[in-house]
Amino acid sequence: MSNLILDAEALYTELRAGVQALWRPGMALMGIWSGGAWLADRLAADLPQLGKPGVISSTLHRDDFGARGMASGTDATKIPFSVDGAHILLLDDVLFTGRTTRAVLNELFDFGRPASVTLAVLVDRGGRELPIQPAFAAAKISLPAAQKLALAQGDDGRFTFTIEGDA
Amino acid sequence: MLHKRNPQLNHHGELIHLLSIEGLPRDVVTHILDTAGTFLSVNDREVKKVPLLRGKSVFNLFFENSTRTRTTFEIAAKRLSADVINLDIAKSSASKGESLLDTIANLSAMHADMFVVRHSESGAPYLIAQHCAPHVHVVNAGDGRHAHPTQGLLDMYTIRHFKKDFTQLSVAIVGDIVHSRVARSDIHALTTLGVPDIRAVGPKTLVPGDLKGMGVRVCHDMAEGIRGADVIIMLRLQNERMSGAMLPSAGEFFKNYGLTEDKLRGAKPDAIVMHPGPINRGVEIDSSVADGAHSVILPQVTFGIAVRMAVMSIIAGNDA
Repeated sequence: MSNLILDAEALYTELRAGVQALWRPGMALMGIWSGGAWLADRLAADLPQLGKPGVISSTLHRDDFGARGMASGTDATKIPFSVDGAHILLLDDVLFTGRTTRAVLNELFDFGRPASVTLAVLVDRGGRELPIQPAFAAAKISLPAAQKLALAQGDDGRFTFTIEGDA
Repeated sequence: MLHKRNPQLNHHGELIHLLSIEGLPRDVVTHILDTAGTFLSVNDREVKKVPLLRGKSVFNLFFENSTRTRTTFEIAAKRLSADVINLDIAKSSASKGESLLDTIANLSAMHADMFVVRHSESGAPYLIAQHCAPHVHVVNAGDGRHAHPTQGLLDMYTIRHFKKDFTQLSVAIVGDIVHSRVARSDIHALTTLGVPDIRAVGPKTLVPGDLKGMGVRVCHDMAEGIRGADVIIMLRLQNERMSGAMLPSAGEFFKNYGLTEDKLRGAKPDAIVMHPGPINRGVEIDSSVADGAHSVILPQVTFGIAVRMAVMSIIAGNDA
């Protein structure tokens, strides 16, 4: 276990401020399943002006399908607005290699042609393997590749981070 | 004690072929149904295609005629971005005397990744699965009287869609059960998913006697068989077998076992009526029922594509 302590609730407060700063009228919120979707739901509850968020899943466009097979328990993409011409604010909990973001962008374009896509994340943990950068990250940290950083949401809606694997 | 490994599963218990629902663990069946739910929404997109089987070749091998099942497999494979090759085997090499395994060896040399097989002999897809290369996957699209697992799975998807929970249901399967691989696959699937009350309804000549051992209640009286049922699965009366001694006439069968609005009133008020198609109007089902409010026959067809996409994507993602 790492000694690193990440206060997910404090970071959520920073993310909320970051999203407010990025927000423009006519934008649409979209959370990447699962952690990003939890964040989008909570932001939409805290800031009703953001509207009803969409949920987007990377499952059908993952590049590790051949090695990992079909993931189980993933929710299908649900987009309650038209993607064509939309300015989309995409949310994720942890940005690592960028491969999930790439898969999600492909998924998004199956629904239409957005005018723009902006990415905001709770934690940017480095280790990028693709040219993808967030417009906002509440925290930037460096973790060894073998460590897994995962967001969890309690029954009360509060967020916590767990770090698993060897440093 | 040694257990013979289920040839459909790899050493991790993951699905690598779909040959029969018999012997599949409940979580494997549920995973297929959940995945099908994901694919159902692909039909609502501007781009009705996902890249999971891009660069893979799916060979439809239909040794027995079928337009509908072959078409739904073809649509499913194409929506997964696979290259689909349809072989009308009945008209080609098999008629020149080539053996089944020689046909498979030749097609494997053409770099097939998946075989979708329909065959009049029970067990033919098993034989192919045992002899094909480790990276090749096999889907049974109906073998003899044995199994039609994707139909069984799409029936389960349909039931779950409309009824949500399997554990309180009464399901009646009505008609020509003895010839029906659909009935057999449905019974295995319903049992695996925990349905407590399964009934097989039909004349003595068309309901096999060994069903009681599968936990199925046999009824020869239609009214008794569908009384209080949540789900009624009508089977096609196989016209090609009508000339035998099994039945006096289609008219008499309809009188006793054809589903009419009047008979349907004995089921639950919110009962659903299913049929694997093609339907014989006025033989096993009255037109007013087939087109009526209880009928979910057309949703079955739509769900069938999503279920076949789920099966193909799951097995393609798992190594032997």
